[in-house]
Amino acid sequence: MHKIIKYVVIDIIRNRIVLGYTFFLLLISLSVFSLEDNTAKGLLTLLNLILFIVPLVSVIFSTIYTYNSAEFVELLLSQPLQRKTIWLSLFSGLASSLCTAFLVGAGIPILLYETSLTGIMLVLCGMLLTAIFVSIAMLAAVYTRDKAKGIGVAILLWIYFALVFDGLILFLLFQFSDYPVEKPLMMLSFLNPIDLTRILILLRLDISALMGYTGAVFKMFMGSSVGLILSFVSLCLWTMIPLILSVRKFNRKDL
Amino acid sequence: MKVNLRYLAGCMLLVLLSSWQSNARTLYVGKNHDIHEIKKAILLAQAGDSILVEKGVYKEGNIIVNKRLVLIGLQYPVLDGEGKTEIVTIQSDSCVIKGFKIQHSGYGTLEDPAGLKIMDANYVSILDNIVDDTFFGIYAQYAKHCIIKNNRLTSYGKEEQQIGNGIHCWKSDSLQIIGNTIRGHRDGIYFEFVTNSIIWLNYSEKNIRYGLHFMFSNSDAYIGNVFKNNGAGVAVMFTKDVKMFNNTFEQNWGDAAYGILLKEISDSYIEGNRFIENTSGIYMEGASRVNISKNVFQQNGWAVKIQASCMDVNLNHNNFFGNTFDVGTNGTLVLNNFNSNYWDKYEGYDIDRNRIGDIAYRPISMFSMIVEKIPSVMILFRSIMVTLLDKTEKLLPSITPENLKDDTPLMKPLQL
Amino acid sequence: MIRIENLSKRFGKLQVLKQIHFTCNQGECIALIGPNGCGKTTLIKSILGLVVPDTGEMYFNNNKMNAQWSYRSKIGYMPQIGRYPDNMSIGQLFTMMKDLRKHEQHILDESLIKTFGIDNMLNKRMNTLSGGTRQKVSAALAFLFNADVLILDEPTAGLDPLSSEQLKEKIIEEKAKGKLILITSHILSELDEVVSHIMYMQEGELIFYKDIGTLQNETAETKLSKMIAKKMIENKQYA
Repeated sequence: MHKIIKYVVIDIIRNRIVLGYTFFLLLISLSVFSLEDNTAKGLLTLLNLILFIVPLVSVIFSTIYTYNSAEFVELLLSQPLQRKTIWLSLFSGLASSLCTAFLVGAGIPILLYETSLTGIMLVLCGMLLTAIFVSIAMLAAVYTRDKAKGIGVAILLWIYFALVFDGLILFLLFQFSDYPVEKPLMMLSFLNPIDLTRILILLRLDISALMGYTGAVFKMFMGSSVGLILSFVSLCLWTMIPLILSVRKFNRKDL
Repeated sequence: MKVNLRYLAGCMLLVLLSSWQSNARTLYVGKNHDIHEIKKAILLAQAGDSILVEKGVYKEGNIIVNKRLVLIGLQYPVLDGEGKTEIVTIQSDSCVIKGFKIQHSGYGTLEDPAGLKIMDANYVSILDNIVDDTFFGIYAQYAKHCIIKNNRLTSYGKEEQQIGNGIHCWKSDSLQIIGNTIRGHRDGIYFEFVTNSIIWLNYSEKNIRYGLHFMFSNSDAYIGNVFKNNGAGVAVMFTKDVKMFNNTFEQNWGDAAYGILLKEISDSYIEGNRFIENTSGIYMEGASRVNISKNVFQQNGWAVKIQASCMDVNLNHNNFFGNTFDVGTNGTLVLNNFNSNYWDKYEGYDIDRNRIGDIAYRPISMFSMIVEKIPSVMILFRSIMVTLLDKTEKLLPSITPENLKDDTPLMKPLQL
Repeated sequence: MIRIENLSKRFGKLQVLKQIHFTCNQGECIALIGPNGCGKTTLIKSILGLVVPDTGEMYFNNNKMNAQWSYRSKIGYMPQIGRYPDNMSIGQLFTMMKDLRKHEQHILDESLIKTFGIDNMLNKRMNTLSGGTRQKVSAALAFLFNADVLILDEPTAGLDPLSSEQLKEKIIEEKAKGKLILITSHILSELDEVVSHIMYMQEGELIFYKDIGTLQNETAETKLSKMIAKKMIENKQYA
């Protein structure tokens, strides 16, 4: 398996897009930290960028790459290799190279300027988000035969997680504004990895004081070690479940 | 004859006064003197005498000053209440207490024991004392024309109920609270029914509740004070005619913390203050005829939260930098005025180069309006959707109040 | 060596394979023929595990193939259109393939690499290759691991006459070693000298699977193309 991963990673590096992504992140994070005199504020700005860019780049790049490596996958499939191995190698190759890009581009500056638990958490969350959206992209790619359609589906999924989901939450909050919504709201936030990451990091920053009673309820739960572990477990599940689904589909797919 | 009698009486009074003057004595208290106890010195002294207390630790329980005396500590002698009693109680007019270290008062919520208490006395001066670990620090009730100056008060309260206020003034008039430093009490400075008084150049920090708590106290001024990192900031309530000049409200950060909480305030002035890193710089409820000008609002969560119950508030010529939200409000009716401020978020232009932006600035974002209605929406703070919503609302205002705008926003910050 | 039982596959509404049933043995060289869209490639892909059949069993040396993968080390496959990662050069491709199967016990057969002159263009990137060169690479890869079974899908399509001849010689050589070889082709004349058996498919059904001798007897023809033509007419009459 590690050999296939090696070839996937070599291929991605040769692609140069990931290299560009790394430099882009590096440029942004360095300029954010040097422009903001307050590192907490820098972290906040960077959080917004990470929540926007990381899922978008991960999902689009991975979808396109999965389609483009159809030949490679076909070649491998006629070799004595398990389908699962091939698919998981593709995932690992993609996830590890994009995570490395994130770690170099954003992780190192964050850890240099903000060596705190919050900084480490942000880096960790960014890497998990990368893996999650690689996994979602591969699920979209394995279910749609047509490349253009597959990329469309991937972008729609990103829009759903980045925008539509929050719109739905807003709608629900308007509908149930007279009820205590904190607990259901908390459960809902576990259904969107972007929201979960955003809330996890926000609660660790000073800004959480602005979040009022709801923020306090969230903080009580997610600030506790149980809540923290649960949040990270759910982020891991967000990687695992689409991946498992895509492996199952890929095992039965005709090429 | 009548005239003569009056003249005679006048002469006698003069003689009497001059004889007092000349008879004023100075008593020394200390290990090397005849008098070892302050209480004994007070007993021996006559009104008008001075008592100088030498360095040492005096554990004498509650010292009651019931004569017109000047008590001066030399090199900060320690008055220790051993955690049982009030330490100094002043019951006579015109006393001076200066240069003591007053520590370990008793504590209790019924008697309100203090480090120093002025009870029903006027013209008292409390100067240069260090008050450490007391329930209340300096307590004044029914006091007039008193000066509380350059004292350093520190306490170590953990919860609101277990600690009293730093400088607590009740039903008093014409007080001068100057240059004191207060830490770790419930409220740093507490004013209730205190009129015609001034609070000047004090430093109130890390108190559990308010740095300054101010109620039913008309015609007072507080000037040049620093209120920093207090549990809930500063509260000014149910008062008319307050002048708040050149104070700094800093790092009052927390769920229910404010730079200033204004409730039912009228005919007042807030000028030249700095509001830095507060959850809300100013929170106003039921305020009317309040002038807020030449202030700097920097890095606050909300710079100004102005509830719909406020009217005739003039927010002019202020600088706003780096606040998460500039203005928050809960209604659409706006009876206040927001003109000629500098807003760092203003994106307009100035074609005629008169240093005033050509299009109006709307300091209120859609998101802050929604949050005001449904606080739990705050959980969507900093999400991409909210950013987009705010941008669209800026272009096509729909739910933000139409009149809440600055028609003459400044292009450059004021020199403040 | 390969046994197929009741193999069926449908793509949507189209039934591509209908109850395919056959056994083929070592030393046979089978020509899998039939009109376009008769299911030849699907059958091959099923054997390779690229297509997952709906029903039916496949055995390789009496071991079930389904969901297995190790049997593929015994198969060399040359696809109809060889598609390879664009960013790779030919050299990298061969290195990778060898690397991926390093742990297996092979005697590498690099003779085709030399015959086709591939070793002279190892630095060329895959996306710059002509169709014919791609076919050469595919062929070289199929023979590289000295597999017991060779499955060649339209092997000579796009090859120049010389290379085509070279490949045929190679096939004969391997057949002599007792390997099972499965070839699909439209050009029947090309297979004359090579094949020992004919497998004929039509509309997803296996019409017949016979050795050349039997066919010759049945049709009284010596030319492969003639034999098939006769058989096809026969078949139509049945229908």
